[in-house]
Amino acid sequence: MKRRRRLQHSTFASRILPPLLTGIAILLLWESLPRLFGVSQLLIPAVSLVVHALWNGIASGVIQDALVVTLFEALSGFMLGSGFGILLAALITRSEVAERALVPYLVSLQSVPKVAMAPLLVVWLGFGVSSKIAIAGIISFFPVLISSIIGFTTVESEKLELMRSLCASRWQTFRIVLFPNALPFVFTGLNVAVVFCVTGALVGEFVGATEGLGVLLMQMNFNMDISGMFSVLIVLACMGGSLHALIRFLHRKLVFWAEPEKIEQGTP
Amino acid sequence: MSDAERGAEIALRAVSKSFVTRSGEDVEALADITCTIRSSEFVCIVGASGCGKSTILRIIAGLVPPSAGQVTIGSAPVTGPRRDIGLVFQSPVLLPWRNVMRNVLMPAEVVGLPRAQAKERAEELLELVGLEQFANKLPAELSGGMRQRVAIARALMHDPATLLMDEPFGALDAMTRDAMNVELLRIWQRQRKTVALVTHAIEEAVFLADRILVISPRPGRLMDTVKVDLPRPRGARTRSEPAFVHQVAALRNRFEAMPMHQETVQ
Repeated sequence: MKRRRRLQHSTFASRILPPLLTGIAILLLWESLPRLFGVSQLLIPAVSLVVHALWNGIASGVIQDALVVTLFEALSGFMLGSGFGILLAALITRSEVAERALVPYLVSLQSVPKVAMAPLLVVWLGFGVSSKIAIAGIISFFPVLISSIIGFTTVESEKLELMRSLCASRWQTFRIVLFPNALPFVFTGLNVAVVFCVTGALVGEFVGATEGLGVLLMQMNFNMDISGMFSVLIVLACMGGSLHALIRFLHRKLVFWAEPEKIEQGTP
Repeated sequence: MSDAERGAEIALRAVSKSFVTRSGEDVEALADITCTIRSSEFVCIVGASGCGKSTILRIIAGLVPPSAGQVTIGSAPVTGPRRDIGLVFQSPVLLPWRNVMRNVLMPAEVVGLPRAQAKERAEELLELVGLEQFANKLPAELSGGMRQRVAIARALMHDPATLLMDEPFGALDAMTRDAMNVELLRIWQRQRKTVALVTHAIEEAVFLADRILVISPRPGRLMDTVKVDLPRPRGARTRSEPAFVHQVAALRNRFEAMPMHQETVQ
């Protein structure tokens, strides 16, 4: 009892303080080390300069405009790619013909580095958002496909026997047992895909685009605006973190019956 | 519905089942089983583990086809799964994302019962198994015995004429198991289904059954049919009555006399 109370009192000391201290230490080192060792501000700009660049970018609206484009590309790609991944996994695990016809190609496609397709997709779909959505989609597709296949096949055989004994249709079995049963696994895939989709959109923008955070990054790179690049990286980190948090939130809401930690340990 | 008022009669005629193992060997699981389970009778199928007693239930349920022989329920031969059967497994096999009420309602959803009627029946069944207070709980919030009671309520949901139970209390501790046995008899007294219950616990079989089918180890053969002459209703006290103790001892002797290791000896 006493011990528990002490733990409660020390949540600030044990939970919030350590990461806070690490953060402050990193910022201090970042600010002071380049000066101490005479590294040029051009290569590693001081924190204050980065904050300044970030402020300028936000004040002029440049960062928001680019953020909206990249976020749209990444999220659209994520939804299309993961949606298609779940659908295809359902199809493959429900139909043996589909499995035989598709799995060999999916396996060989999976071993291709997806970003290598970016130049081709830009040639096909142009400099607009559609080519980035395609890349983000393809890169999100595979982790969701793989984890969904595991999800749709990892099911207690008695659950299926029960459905069979009730003469349930294939659709009823899917809707009542297989789909909800697969959700914890689907989410492990979504967790990966939501990070990948931002990478996909960025790579697409690097290859050829007119707007977006990737374009902004390349422009700053061209102008040797290092503090500007840092500010875009910070924006990207925040974006990735928020997307991941969003998926974790949905995970907890939709898979309320299982603890996320256990599921993550349970899947290969 | 009329079948459900009284349970259906189940007849097995010369039922055999052999499996092909992975190494290509032919294993005979059940050999030439012929018996009749009368309407509204409570029958326990007892045998050592691996004697194929669960396979008998799966064949009756139409989930597994027999290699030879025929099963009829009521007047119709079993050719595949059929909806007039309620199944209870060793594990409760509940859907963890559905609360107790929605788990019990699941068969109604599949069979397509009108919603209001199904809801009413589910409430009755939850009351019957003593879980009306727990309708909104998730399975994870219940104890093992409570989960199995939900499974029994679910098996009764679509009002099947027959209840097939595969070691339903095998995973429970001894005390919960005894309590569940009393509970099951109380439920059966109210809903006179034909019940076939598989178990390897002799006491449980004697306590529950009208008749006990004794199955020998591989290949599973019907060695004996034992009639249990204990008055009903039976309750917790039944277990300490001399007649009960005597029946259990007699059955145990029969098992000990059985060549359990026939296969290895040969």
